Amino acid sequence: MNPVQQAVVWLNDPLNWTNPGGVLDRIGEHLSMSAAAVLLGCLVAWPIGLWLGHSGRGGGAVVLISNLTLSIPTLALLTILPLTFLGFGRPAVVVALAVFAVPPLLANAYTGVRQADPEARDAARGMGLSGWQVLRRVELPLAVPYLAAGFRTAAVQVVATAALASFVNGGGLGQIIRAGFGLDIAAGGGQIIAGGVLVAGLALAAEGVLALVERVATPRPLRRTRRAANRRAADATAGN
Amino acid sequence: MSFHLSYRAEPGNPWFSWQYVRDNSDTILAALREHASLTGRAVLLAALVALPLAVVAYWYRRLTGPILALTGVLYTIPSLALFAFIAPYLGIGAVTVLTVVVLYALLVIVRNAVAGLNQVPPEVRDAAEGMGYGRWARLFRIDLPLALPGILTGVRLATVSTVALVTVGVVIGRGGLGQLIFAGFQNNFYKAQIMTGTLLCVLLALVLDLILAGVGRLLTPWLRSRPR
Repeated sequence: MNPVQQAVVWLNDPLNWTNPGGVLDRIGEHLSMSAAAVLLGCLVAWPIGLWLGHSGRGGGAVVLISNLTLSIPTLALLTILPLTFLGFGRPAVVVALAVFAVPPLLANAYTGVRQADPEARDAARGMGLSGWQVLRRVELPLAVPYLAAGFRTAAVQVVATAALASFVNGGGLGQIIRAGFGLDIAAGGGQIIAGGVLVAGLALAAEGVLALVERVATPRPLRRTRRAANRRAADATAGN
Repeated sequence: MSFHLSYRAEPGNPWFSWQYVRDNSDTILAALREHASLTGRAVLLAALVALPLAVVAYWYRRLTGPILALTGVLYTIPSLALFAFIAPYLGIGAVTVLTVVVLYALLVIVRNAVAGLNQVPPEVRDAAEGMGYGRWARLFRIDLPLALPGILTGVRLATVSTVALVTVGVVIGRGGLGQLIFAGFQNNFYKAQIMTGTLLCVLLALVLDLILAGVGRLLTPWLRSRPR
């Protein structure tokens, strides 16, 4: 039986889905830690990115942070963070994943505010709006397409990276692949491929769903800028 | 005669230890060598495949969309899943790691090279055509040199992310410096070993990036002498 057939058999065994530590459990773990990481990333990156974009400073810092996190291996953060005050367990994994969500969120929030039409900004100022009001009522709504694009990029990347949490027994769908490799390739080939299909499927599904969310979140008149935002987001991050 | 293990000499579990580096320099250097050679081979192979693909996407506009869409979908697939698809066929070894990282590097380079080629100004293309350049001559003497900054950006991004990606190879025991990090984690959470592996990874990425930036400056002298 070749590995693909083995994988089909593995996926068709209901116990592999419903057992404790089975596929359903793993999907739950995968999604809950991804969601926590993206939420944490948003809470940190969006305020900073919006503020930096509003004040027009720190563009260099945004690029530097993106480049720096690009060169840090996920494995390193996953192994280092549990040894700090965070301790072993879910919080360390979530923080490690959130670190990789920050660059796209930050870069898109920053460019989103920077690209706001300067004339709209001037007009708001002329109407007597304070700096805070300009950010909240003019720049923020105009930055929404960028924020949505950054959210999508970050979330998809976190869902993809969360598979690596299995290296430190952090749970998630990667655990299935790791267990398969633990068996040895002849016996575990089917499980390895089945795990790969699940991980890849989840990432692609997240991409599809979030593309829809992005489209809904973007007001119709601003949809033209969506492609540019996507491209920027793609430039800001590479590697998972 | 006392014969104690070196890491016992330093009490506790420090984040960095020169003694660890000295005592294990052979292992560390071997891991670094494997990591660097995997990265180098991967980027070279990726560039060799990516550039013709980018040129095809540039010449045949109808293929640009499908090529970029395909690279986008491939890029969404997590690295661990790619390992899972490839390992049962290519086995446990450097070839599998190389294949996975080449695929990712390929995508990054293709996307940036296509963007670079599409940024060649149409006037320049028209002028070249008017001067009687054929398709190939225009490619090598006009299009590619003008797209060089974009291509180099792609190669640099690909290099830096490849250095990080190679560490995922620990899943099949061939992760270069990742092996060092992972072994440190399993070996009673030996912080000095984890940190040494991490620092070397980041340094390797930084050094390779600087080298490529230097090569880029040498290859594009016209960008330097631009009056400010």
